[in-house]
Order: sequence, then C-alpha cells, then structure tokens
Amino acid sequence: MSDHDHTHNDQERGLSRRKVLECMTWAGTGVLWTISGGVPHSLGLVEAANAAETNGMTFMQISDSHVGFDKPANPNALGTLEEAINKVKAMAKKPSFMIHTGDISHLSKAAEFDDADRIISQSKLDVHYVPGEHDFLDEEIKFYRERYGKGTKGAGYYSFDANGVHFVGLVNVVDLKAGGLGNLGAEQLAWLADDLKGKSKSTPVVLFAHIPLWTVYPEWGWGTEDGARALELVKGFGSVTVLNGHIHQVMQKVEGNVTFHTARSTAFPQPAPGTAASPGPMKVDDAKLRSVLGIASIDFKQGQEKLAIIDTPLAG
Amino acid sequence: MTTTLLRSLALAAALLLAPGLRAHAEEIKVTIDNFTFSPAELKVKVGDTVTWTNHDDIPHTVVSAGKFRSKTMDTDNSFSFTFISAGDYKYFCSLHPHMTGMIKVE
Repeated sequence: MSDHDHTHNDQERGLSRRKVLECMTWAGTGVLWTISGGVPHSLGLVEAANAAETNGMTFMQISDSHVGFDKPANPNALGTLEEAINKVKAMAKKPSFMIHTGDISHLSKAAEFDDADRIISQSKLDVHYVPGEHDFLDEEIKFYRERYGKGTKGAGYYSFDANGVHFVGLVNVVDLKAGGLGNLGAEQLAWLADDLKGKSKSTPVVLFAHIPLWTVYPEWGWGTEDGARALELVKGFGSVTVLNGHIHQVMQKVEGNVTFHTARSTAFPQPAPGTAASPGPMKVDDAKLRSVLGIASIDFKQGQEKLAIIDTPLAG
Repeated sequence: MTTTLLRSLALAAALLLAPGLRAHAEEIKVTIDNFTFSPAELKVKVGDTVTWTNHDDIPHTVVSAGKFRSKTMDTDNSFSFTFISAGDYKYFCSLHPHMTGMIKVE
C-alpha cells in the first residue's frame, strides 16, 4: 500500500465557477475530491503519479522541525527530521527545491540551527525558509536573520520565480498583538502589493508563511489577523496556492481559485482544533508517531490551474 | 537633606497613601498550563511579587507592553516581577498572543 495518503489535484478548469471541495480519505490510499454543486471528480494516486511524471516542476515542503525538542511527544525531533530528509532524498524525481515553513528550531539556539542545517543540507536542494515564532527566541533575534535572512526584507520576507510560478515567502510571527493572531503588518502588505504589481494574472502564485493565512481556529491562535488583506491582493490571479505550517497537521481548503494547505510537522503532532485542552504537543503511541509526521511534495503542471499536493507521512 | 531621610519620607508617604500596605509583601504564583495563565486575573498589593511558571512542553513569554517582558520560558522556567505601583497590568504571551492575563495592583 502506498504511503501517499492525500492527493489534491483539481483538474477542473474554471475560474468563474466557485466550487466547494471536500477532501475525504479514500481507504487510506488516496483522496477523493467531491465537488458540491458540480460534477464529482476523483483522482487516484496512480493518476497523480502519472501526472507528476510529465510535469515540469515538483518542489517539497517541510515544516516545524523544532530541532531541540526532546519532550515525550517526540524525544528525538532531530532524528525524525533526518527521516523526513531521507524521504526527500529517496524520491524518484528529484524536486526542484524545498521550502521550509518555519519553526526550524525549538528555542532558537545556535546549536539547534546548526543541527537543522547539517541534516537539511543532506537533501542537496536549495531551501527557501520563512521563520516561525520559535526561530526568533534568541535574545538579540539574530540567529535566524544571520542564517536565512540574506536578501530578504523586514523580518525575512521575499519573493522569487521558478518555472513560471511566482513564490512569495511571508513572515507572520512578529509584532503579535495581545489577544490577536498571526500578523503581517502594513509594511509587509505594502511590499506584497508592490511585488505583485505588473505580474500577469495568469502567473500561478504560491504564498507561504508559518502561521496559516486563513483562520483555522482563532481560539488557539491559528490564523493571521490581516491574512485576508494578503489574499485580497492575489484575488485576480488564476491560480493561488497558500502553504503554511504551525498547526502540525494536514488541513486544506479550496475557495474559488485559492487552495490552502498546511503541512505536517517533522517533529510532533498537534491535536485537531478544539479536540484537546490546548494546541500543545500531542503524545501518541510510539508506533503511531511516524504516521502523523511527514513532508509534502507539490507538483506544478504547465497549463494546470491547481497545483497537486501530496502529503507523505514518515511511515504508516 | 540626606538620601536616607528622603527615603524615610517617601516610605512614610507611601504608608499614608496606601493604608492596605502590609508589613510583608507576598509572593504570588501564576502557572501556565495548556496555553492558559492561571489565575487569568489576579489582585495583588503594591510591593507584591508575582512569579509565572511554565508547565507546558512549549515555551511561553509574559509581556506587558512598556511594563515588563520575560525572557522565553522553556518548560518549568519561571519569571518574577515585583509591582511597585498600582494599576491594571494587562499581559500576554508574545508567542501565543491568544494567551492573555491581568494583574490588578492596588
């Protein structure tokens, strides 16, 4: 049985029709997309794999490695990061590059960043990082910037282009306000507006940031206060994919031409919204841990409106 | 006037202005469990010290804008602050801003 447990690929093309898509696990091997108010469409894993073979570009997403974390939920977060990187190394088709959606370290210690770099560099891929709140904990808030902040603006946002896709890495973990959620801030939003100016609306856009840009569960702070303003700026684009971490579980939503997706952590799982007293690390049976940690590969096919996202657990 | 005398006068004034001031300031504890400050609201007297202790597996901070700011508290780390003036001190965790609390100092 394949260990690919989710496949997202909406092959329907149609910018004008707003569709509500639901994602259902299909016998543990793939995912069935159902389209409410339209023709149901499903895509099995074999189709996804074939699609990937003919595609121009695949990139990886890893998230929330929390190097340094050693609590009961996973006493060896560095070890599971290494397992995740081994998964990437073993991929039949070498991804073009990798994005890391933050919380590289657990406590922003130099040794934690060093350990993370030592393991992640084994993938031999270019890695584009955005910071999580755990990466800005050192007294002078300098380790992240020194290592990953070169050529970035503000607290570390930037954009780049690859294979005709425009990627934007955003920072929503600084200047958080009491009682609030994640925060992009006026300066970054102004930069984003400027960055997107002049881009053809047919350019696929990928926004990635640590905390979900859409409101997943405000009671646990899972959302971004001014995320809607960023989404407003990409409204006219035909294909928008929003990739986040922070919540240590796969969650997705498709709204019009925007696909939202959160990746698993490589360190420890967190509970589904509202199912526990807090969003803290969730202790699962040792045998089950690797089924709730993992990586995501994102496949882009020229002429395709949506990107196909395949989440792969470390095991199970 | 000597510094000692000034201090004595200041102390006398404080005693007059704060009839509730006790001879011994108290040490009061606030715990952090499950991303929650407990008690979330606390009344203390001027001179009291509040100590926050993080019992979660995730680091937290205690920040009151312009008043006090803890370092990052990992599991079982503590932060203490002595309140020397009356007022309402709203505070939050700068990493998880949905975590809020209040110390009322009278």
